[in-house]
Amino acid sequence: MLLEVKNLRTEFKLKRGTVRAVDDISFSIDKGEILAIVGESGSGKSVTSLSIMGLLQNPGRIVGGEILFNSQNLLKMSQKELQKIRGNKISMIFQEPMTSLNPVWRIKDQIMENIMTHMKISKKDALARTIEMLDTVGIPSPAERAYDYPHQMSGGMRQRVMTAMALSCEPELLIADEPTTALDVTIQAQILELLYRMREKFHMAVLLITHDLGVVSEAADRVIVMYCGKIVEEADVKSLFAQPLHPYTVGLMRSIPQIDDDSDQRLYMIKGMVPNPLHMPPGCPFSDRCDSCLERCTKDMPELQEIDGHKVRCFLYDKASEGELSTK
Amino acid sequence: MNEVLMKVQDLSKHFTMETDWFGKPVSILKAVDEVSFSIAKGEAFGLVGESGCGKTTLGKILVNLYSPTNGKIFFAGKELTVLNEKQRRSYCKDIQMIFQDPYASLNPRMTVGDIIAEPIIINHLLPMSEVEERVIYLLNCVGLARHQRNRYPHEFSGGQRQRVGIARALAVEPKLIVCDEPVSALDVSIQAQVLNLLDDLKAEFGLTYLFIAHGLNVVKHISDRVGVMYLGKLVEIAPKKELYANPLHPYTQALLSAIPIINPEKKKERIILKGDVPSPINPPAGCRFCSRCFKEFEPCQLNSPELKEVSPNHWVACHLFE
Amino acid sequence: MEKGYSSNSDENLIQAADYVEKPESQLKEMWETLKQNKAAVVGLFIIGLLALIALVVWGSELLGKQILPYDPNYSDMTQSFIWPNAEHWFGTDQLGRDMFSRILDGTKISLFVGVAAVAISLSIGVMLGAIAGYRGGRTDALIMRIMDMMLAIPSILLAIAFMAALGKGLDKAVIAIGLVSIPEYARIVRGSILSVKENDYVQAAKVIGNRDSRIIFKHILPNIISLIVVRATLGISTAVLDTAALGFLGLGVQPPYAEWGDMLGRARGFIFTAPYTLIFPGIAITIIVLAFNLLGDGLRDALDPKSRIK
Repeated sequence: MLLEVKNLRTEFKLKRGTVRAVDDISFSIDKGEILAIVGESGSGKSVTSLSIMGLLQNPGRIVGGEILFNSQNLLKMSQKELQKIRGNKISMIFQEPMTSLNPVWRIKDQIMENIMTHMKISKKDALARTIEMLDTVGIPSPAERAYDYPHQMSGGMRQRVMTAMALSCEPELLIADEPTTALDVTIQAQILELLYRMREKFHMAVLLITHDLGVVSEAADRVIVMYCGKIVEEADVKSLFAQPLHPYTVGLMRSIPQIDDDSDQRLYMIKGMVPNPLHMPPGCPFSDRCDSCLERCTKDMPELQEIDGHKVRCFLYDKASEGELSTK
Repeated sequence: MNEVLMKVQDLSKHFTMETDWFGKPVSILKAVDEVSFSIAKGEAFGLVGESGCGKTTLGKILVNLYSPTNGKIFFAGKELTVLNEKQRRSYCKDIQMIFQDPYASLNPRMTVGDIIAEPIIINHLLPMSEVEERVIYLLNCVGLARHQRNRYPHEFSGGQRQRVGIARALAVEPKLIVCDEPVSALDVSIQAQVLNLLDDLKAEFGLTYLFIAHGLNVVKHISDRVGVMYLGKLVEIAPKKELYANPLHPYTQALLSAIPIINPEKKKERIILKGDVPSPINPPAGCRFCSRCFKEFEPCQLNSPELKEVSPNHWVACHLFE
Repeated sequence: MEKGYSSNSDENLIQAADYVEKPESQLKEMWETLKQNKAAVVGLFIIGLLALIALVVWGSELLGKQILPYDPNYSDMTQSFIWPNAEHWFGTDQLGRDMFSRILDGTKISLFVGVAAVAISLSIGVMLGAIAGYRGGRTDALIMRIMDMMLAIPSILLAIAFMAALGKGLDKAVIAIGLVSIPEYARIVRGSILSVKENDYVQAAKVIGNRDSRIIFKHILPNIISLIVVRATLGISTAVLDTAALGFLGLGVQPPYAEWGDMLGRARGFIFTAPYTLIFPGIAITIIVLAFNLLGDGLRDALDPKSRIK
């Protein structure tokens, strides 16, 4: 087990109240595994990744749980110890390659800085390694492009540079927060292929944060679906797409127009919208949008339960609901 | 096909990026370059392409936010490109636009009711006493409630704001609506709501859409015919079923194969294009796509292929089909 | 859009938390934030006090009643240079006039000049800046080059030049000071219009058939009004200082009116024999300038949406 998140809770204290952005979630990632967290805005998927990286900003705060990386609790570490792990053992690529690179530094200086803070090697070797990394991520004529400034590169190139920087210290875990959202489809295909290749080469684990089920289905081994700060479903990618259990996951999949669907039918809609995080409905957070909502859904919060290795948080799969289901 | 509502002929928009000391342009961005197509009444014409291909610029020319460098636009038989600014404005209400970013397209200092009422008032479409009733009607049309009339945009979610933007466009009873990536900034579960709404409104008001998007699946869902743009040029136009079943241009093929399919069991053959989209500033003389094309051969570098009808209603600009 | 470490969904989260709240008027929200800024409250309090003094003095003058302890313009050479005492709190000047009454009387002139001068520069500056920013091209180049030329000359020198052309007097001083600070407003307004103009809602306003003038007044200016308010508040303090400087040089308000700068200027010969004749007008100028600066800084914080979230 490379990373284990146990009962993580992250809150945002706002003037008008407290938002539970991440509400008691637990999951783990094995070495070399690609785990995708999928969810819409406000689901807490990005807050989860920032919590792991220790990059939460005010008013965000971790209020409970453990984050174990190689059995060490990251939350108990000092800033200095964290610094050693961050960028080295765990690194991250962001959604916006435009703003994640420093515009006044050359590409090579940014990557070299990262290498030299974490590895004891000479400047010359660091430069050699930088060029090698740029080559690995598929930047043509890397020895020359290393001297470019970020604005001289296109969005896809910048995301490659970000990836090269993130991989330069051969991390054991890469957190990719919406790595392809800002990119075009043809470039997205390139970057996903790159992630896959890098995983094979460095045998690292990837935590892929995305809202795009297409990307999940292409890239992930295992998937966690989040809604309103809670995990609502967790399964390996094949069984999730073959047989989604939670009504939210089902709805999401049905509401996306399919490229191989030739019918002119109306799209399936999930009604309503994500509830206000300050005024969560009692019971299941999805209850007011759910088509198969039972009476108890509006009162109690279902537990995450396991059915043949497939975890789901829904009363439809609870034995106690059978009575109500049969009367429906 | 029905009667043609809008026809665009050899439309170009060039931006001057740099001039020399005497004001002579030295680098020109050809955002839209000699594009021709037509949209029939009641049709939804989809326009796809990656960022920087000129699709948004094209849409903005049609709603008169940019004036074209060259070419002609005909709307309901009238040539718009010969009109002066004042005459042109009288056509504004026939051609409306829905914007991509629902957070930036509503004035934060106006209530949503005022935003919807404004086009009715400034175009003198209704006597003042009837405006309010119409605003409420429009709010209902897009699925918002009467009591939300006096709220400010920041009180709404992205999907609701996009509904307000749609109501504003509907307020002047347009014939054509240019939808510029209306769902790409929205959450997946909200996208379906807005797409269905657009479908319903089209039927209810007899609208014609120019639907601009980068998501091929979204375009496929809503359009009747689809045009594919690359670096300012239209490279392929076909009815949607034909285009998706039988893409001819190598770029269209690559674009289609790049879409992730929501089915991990079905791994498809993927064409991964090399490199990035080249800069539209001073583009090469030959085919714009030849630097990334996997079927490139001699004539591609030399001259730019013309858009030709290779089978009924299926137009493609590629040397492979000449 | 600014991103970086804060990713998209967090912003949405905070926005989502915001959106069901009751609508608050902009003014009320501003006041709520302003209240929390102690310096701004102090500034506002002082300005209120000064405005009250000015109003009372002015009102009593109109009614022909004397509310000040002495007539500020009445000179009695036998009473000159009396050091501050219980009768004359701030002493008397070289002509035997009561300094306390004169300082209070001067409040109305300073405030009037500050506000009136800013009103002139604001209205012309905003208009020029709006036209330059919205139109762009040659109009922009022409307007902004003229503004640059004005900015190239030190403002007090330019004001003196205007005074030389217009002649002496309070009204002329107001006009001169007003004209001098036009470029500052024009530049600020032009800059913010250039950025607001790119917003989709401005384009949307154009698509639905708005005329340019309506787009500027209805869609652009309301969105940059906060910037203008802050600048105008700070501008009043500059105008007060400029009036004092003109007064000091003997170009502004003419005798016998009590104007702080003029008082300073005329008393400078007695700096060693009667320092209080300089100290009190000096303190008065400092207080009013400080008050407007405090308020202006507070407003800037209150109107900055980023500081408001916290």
